Amino acid sequence: MDFSLNDEQELIRQTARDFAQRELAPKAAARDLSGEFPVAELKALAELGLMGVNVPEAFGGAEAGAMAFSVVMQELAKADASVAVTVSVTNMVAELISAFGTEEQKKKHVSKLTSGEAVCGAFALSEPQAGSDPAAMKTTATKVDGGWKLKGNKQWISHGDKAGVIVVWALTNKDAGTRGISAFLVEGGAPGLAVISAEHKMGLRGSTTVQLGFDDVFVGEDAMLGTEGMGFRLAMAALDGGRIGISSQALGVAAAALEVSLAYANEREQFGQPIIRHQAIANKLADMATKLEASKLLTERAAWMKDQKIPFSKEASMAKVFTTEKACEICDEAIQIHGGNGYTQDFPLERFYRDVRVTRIYEGTSEIQRIVIARQLIKEASN
Amino acid sequence: MKILVPVKRVPDPELKANIKDGKLDLSGAQWVVNTFDEYAVEAALRLTENADEGSRDGEVVVVTIGPDDAAVQLRSCLAMGADRAIHVASEDANLDSLLVAKTLKAVYDEEKPDMVLLGKQAVDGDTNQVGQMLAALLNLPQATFAASIELADDGKACVVSREVDAGVEFKKLPLPAVVTVDLRIVSPTSITNGITPESHEYADGPRYASLKGIMKAKKKPMDNKTMADLGVSGSPVVKELEVTLPEARAAGQIVESVEELVKKLSEEAKAL
Ligand SMILES: Cc1cc2nc3c(=O)[nH]c(=O)nc-3n(C[C@H](O)[C@H](O)[C@H](O)COP(=O)(O)OP(=O)(O)OC[C@H]3O[C@@H](n4cnc5c(N)ncnc54)[C@H](O)[C@@H]3O)c2cc1C
Repeated sequence: MDFSLNDEQELIRQTARDFAQRELAPKAAARDLSGEFPVAELKALAELGLMGVNVPEAFGGAEAGAMAFSVVMQELAKADASVAVTVSVTNMVAELISAFGTEEQKKKHVSKLTSGEAVCGAFALSEPQAGSDPAAMKTTATKVDGGWKLKGNKQWISHGDKAGVIVVWALTNKDAGTRGISAFLVEGGAPGLAVISAEHKMGLRGSTTVQLGFDDVFVGEDAMLGTEGMGFRLAMAALDGGRIGISSQALGVAAAALEVSLAYANEREQFGQPIIRHQAIANKLADMATKLEASKLLTERAAWMKDQKIPFSKEASMAKVFTTEKACEICDEAIQIHGGNGYTQDFPLERFYRDVRVTRIYEGTSEIQRIVIARQLIKEASN
Repeated sequence: MKILVPVKRVPDPELKANIKDGKLDLSGAQWVVNTFDEYAVEAALRLTENADEGSRDGEVVVVTIGPDDAAVQLRSCLAMGADRAIHVASEDANLDSLLVAKTLKAVYDEEKPDMVLLGKQAVDGDTNQVGQMLAALLNLPQATFAASIELADDGKACVVSREVDAGVEFKKLPLPAVVTVDLRIVSPTSITNGITPESHEYADGPRYASLKGIMKAKKKPMDNKTMADLGVSGSPVVKELEVTLPEARAAGQIVESVEELVKKLSEEAKAL
């Protein structure tokens, strides 16, 4: 068993870390306040190859694997979780199209995402009444001459207003349950596509989350990803990988919170000594570090399994539910260690706390992850 | 144009140094390419490319003398864009500046580059000797602390600017030559090679290794040699006796007025 990164993964980590610390970290707090979307930074990330970490070289990717992707996400999220979510979703979309798209679709869309020509890609599954239960979606795709017409609303779509390409799920057959769902590739700015509203969020304020309206948006035959009725399966497959990304995002934020807390506990003195000398604080730090390590092991093992082409759905869910919950605890304790300072914007802890909270919600809530895990367990037990 | 760039791995200067029993404790060290050597790699890449077209014109060979795991730092230079690497095996403890310079001379004799480009010093030992020693051993012209480099006379010479106390000094060196670089060598317009349009502005600082570069670096050639292969032998003439931290600085004071400052300077600090 070898727990170390190989040379390429280590170099990729260094590139992601250096970029994140030099170019992202200094402005993360300002973006949190202004809500500015970091277009230039995202383009620079694409030029470095970070928008197609696990995408074939033929379409501009680095083909560096899921472990490298996890490491990249951790480093970016340490500096700015908002940038990290955009990178995570864009990688997920690029990987999904690479895996299931036709040659034309890959040439047209994946290269745009990996090169930065399109600033990001979006994943439009959720709807106002269909979150944890995406099969309850109402958006329809109706067959017309030469293609399809999409109609309906998609809710909480990360950077759906900035994306060059959006994967949209819609019903192609209302009576076929999950087998009636198909996926389509829609270009940003397509006629009939509108940004209905933008959310005012607790965290991740440097990334946008929008409601998209599809008012008879026409797409050609060639816009369907995979085959008719295959959409639900594509979404679940993409989310398995996506969960490694979100787990890694949570890890990065938690690691940053621990790092800042350790430094603070060493410096801040009360009752005549650094607070780290008070056992209650030292114990907190010990617990935080232990939770972080356990989370990292779960997350990186899921990534490793994906790289080994071993089924990893259960492990990705385990990693996500455990890591995101522990990361929230770590960020909470980090505020506690900082006392009053932790509650103010002079320190990054309150931002970490707000940013990390969503990781327990999106790409499948903690409750849904437990359902996925339990279903697997039942299946394994009955074998 | 063929450029040889010697690089050294150093413990990450951002991390705290641990001292145990009068020695640096490097057991938990994270190793990185010496900052100034990374600048030398960047400068060498700029000298051998057309940055506007993204094409290479020349060869950059990186060389390190160090233990097995120093190969990662060579890979990192290859990932930035260097073409080839040479790894001369040696434990750090068996080296000093002179032995390094002698080994580099042997590499130079095999490679016959047009220029040797090095960092002005390594940020661990800070000796600032290898470039100068190498130039002496090779009997080549040298320019140290280069802030800019311009290729001249159809690549037969280079003009190097150096920041000195009185201003900026310019030196014209016939090639081959040994040049050591300072921080400013990675500013946006510090390199002129006659190929990249003069209007081109680089981003400040050394380039990041792109993921593509990192994956490509796997396939680039890395030559493994020993000092014996190169005909170099001997032991260090410099011995490390003890490593200690400088004494901690006493806390500063905030004074209320100029009068108080003057009083303290004369009575307490006895500086006036
Ligand atoms: C910032 C942000 C970005 C997002 N980005 C995207 C995006 O890019 N693309 C996209 O498609 N979606 C996105 N989402 C949507 C996100 O995936 C959903 O919010 C999430 O799946 C939960 O759905 P919901 O909000 O409708 O909650 P609900 O499904 O209504 O759940 C409410 C609560 O009930 C629980 N619950 C639901 N069903 C069960 C059950 N069977 N058993 C036990 N508990 C249950 C849930 O766990 C939760 O606690 C984003 C959301 C946010 C907040």
